[in-house]
Amino acid sequence: MKFVAVSSCPTGIAHTYMAAEALEQAGKAAGHEVHVETQGAAGSTPLDPAIIAAADGVIYAADLEVQAKERFAGKPSVDVGVKKAVHDPTGVLAQAVAAVEAGVPAEDAAAAGAVPSAGAPRPVTKVDANAGAGTRIRQWLMTGVSYMIPFVAAGGILIALGFMVAQAAWPGNEGPVAVTAVPVEDLITSFSITSGQDWAVLLYQTGAAAFGFLVAVLSGFIAYAIADRPGLVPGFVGGAISVVIGAGFLGGLVTGFVGGFLALWISRWRVPKGVRGVMPVVVTPLLSSLITGFLMFVVIGRPIADVMDGLTNWLNGLSGSNLVLMGALLGAMMGFDLGGPINKVAYTFAVTGLATEGLTGDAVQYRIMAAVMAAGMVAPLAMALATTVRKRLFTHAERENGKAAWLLGLSFISEGAIPFAAADPWRVIVSSVVGSSVTGALTMAVGSGLRAPHGGIWVLPLISNPLGFLLAVAVGTVVTAGVVVVLKGLRPSPLVQAEQEADAVAAAPAATTQPAVA
Amino acid sequence: MSLPLTSAELVGVDLAAADRDDATRQLIALLAAAGRVTDAEGFHADVRAREAQMATGMPGGVGLPHARSEHVAAPSLAVGKLREPVDWGAPDGPARLVFLIAAPAGGDADHLQILAALARRLVHESFRQSLLDAPDAATVAEIVQREVVPS
Repeated sequence: MKFVAVSSCPTGIAHTYMAAEALEQAGKAAGHEVHVETQGAAGSTPLDPAIIAAADGVIYAADLEVQAKERFAGKPSVDVGVKKAVHDPTGVLAQAVAAVEAGVPAEDAAAAGAVPSAGAPRPVTKVDANAGAGTRIRQWLMTGVSYMIPFVAAGGILIALGFMVAQAAWPGNEGPVAVTAVPVEDLITSFSITSGQDWAVLLYQTGAAAFGFLVAVLSGFIAYAIADRPGLVPGFVGGAISVVIGAGFLGGLVTGFVGGFLALWISRWRVPKGVRGVMPVVVTPLLSSLITGFLMFVVIGRPIADVMDGLTNWLNGLSGSNLVLMGALLGAMMGFDLGGPINKVAYTFAVTGLATEGLTGDAVQYRIMAAVMAAGMVAPLAMALATTVRKRLFTHAERENGKAAWLLGLSFISEGAIPFAAADPWRVIVSSVVGSSVTGALTMAVGSGLRAPHGGIWVLPLISNPLGFLLAVAVGTVVTAGVVVVLKGLRPSPLVQAEQEADAVAAAPAATTQPAVA
Repeated sequence: MSLPLTSAELVGVDLAAADRDDATRQLIALLAAAGRVTDAEGFHADVRAREAQMATGMPGGVGLPHARSEHVAAPSLAVGKLREPVDWGAPDGPARLVFLIAAPAGGDADHLQILAALARRLVHESFRQSLLDAPDAATVAEIVQREVVPS
């Protein structure tokens, strides 16, 4: 097993380190991996989060309050004090092994009885189990999405570049269609380094290979977030099946959760000692994959594929004013919390859309991505603009942030506006929502599309109708900046006024009388 | 580091001590004689206070009295090998090896790292045995200097 431990003692120079060494040695002797964070007088080096994540259990050999204890939340733990760890490290380790086998974190043991469902995760907190579950679901999802994004980025940009090269390499306008029709065999057998067409095919096929992983990676890492390493196999396998049966990313979301919870459940079985060693390597991946496969092929796969088809058809059926409305809504979501949960919902919707199979060049999914990215650029750009044209409405710190916000906005990092929203939430958010939704709607109206999930101005060459895209961003930026200037002008911030009075006082005497003491 | 943590003059081999307090007092005297502790009585009181909090007897016949104190001039380690073991509050029996750690109140990180390394070495039986086997003070000091390296 793998353990992490924290040791500390009142003086912080002896027991802390003896306990650490004793636990590590006892672990070595018993065949367990033990990593100890010594919170002593010599300072403490925090444990690598990856090590904490991989740990089966936690040992607290601490006589002082454990620093940053929340890092270990949800793991089975024993709390023994530092002295016991020094004198009886083997016993402490045995206690920890027992706690892991019981499978329930010590502090949650009482609450566990109230949540009997077998596959369910441990409750996060005793007080607010519902909010905790919601947060965890979001974290699982975002884990999957965050691992998927680099695949989308690499694949999307390669494909887009492939189309750009194809446009130039084939006569007329047939390039983007022709490039997808070239068989892979031609590329392998007769690649010519001087042929633009061959390069186009190479770029396109490589990007397509990266895209082939999207659903599997999404599913695999959702399962990983839930069940740790045992979740990877059923998650990936489920995601791959989802693609085969046409259930797309929707199926991938389902298999991520199904595979993750199956793996989690199976890995908690109480099995004879002899079998325990092969559980994580053989039994858990085998059984959880088999069950996931059965469910996807036979039980729930078909209905999910139907829903997926429905969603795709609905999106493709959207046109004109409906698309503009959708752009406005997604834009408003992007601008609302600047990188928070609502922003992420809109963004995830757009990114997972990119993973849909068999999209045509002007697919609605690409237009959604363009609208979401354009809207996400508005808030920081607008704050930068507002601090430039109306300096006196902002504090010194905000003016500094404003300079950085230009670059953040251009790079599609909505978080650049957070310092402004934190200082003055409702004025900034109201203006941001208004401007971002204008941009979202305009981007839809001008028909821009984007295959890359990120990049801001730097992927402009990959955006169709780039001028329209820029126009949409600019209009929203001006709108947001205008609204925030008007709102802030109605009732100037007392902080800004105080700063300006201080500036005035500081500037006046400096001009007339130089202080004697420099 | 300017001053080594320990040296031959800070090692007492074959100490005859009546009890824990007596052994501590003799080791403090070594530190005071070397000028590493400015006020022997004051430092002894600090060590006693720490000992009262939780006895520092360690497994394997080791006593590890220690304190961070304003009466300490330089971070130091005094080592005593007792002729007769005395009780140091460890569950597995009395102590024959005593390490007295004197750390200045505002000890800097480098010295604390060395002390941490010493504590870690003490867990290993081979290290303790080599000290018990060492014939004289110079050898003890040398073993400590050689083995105790901050990781």
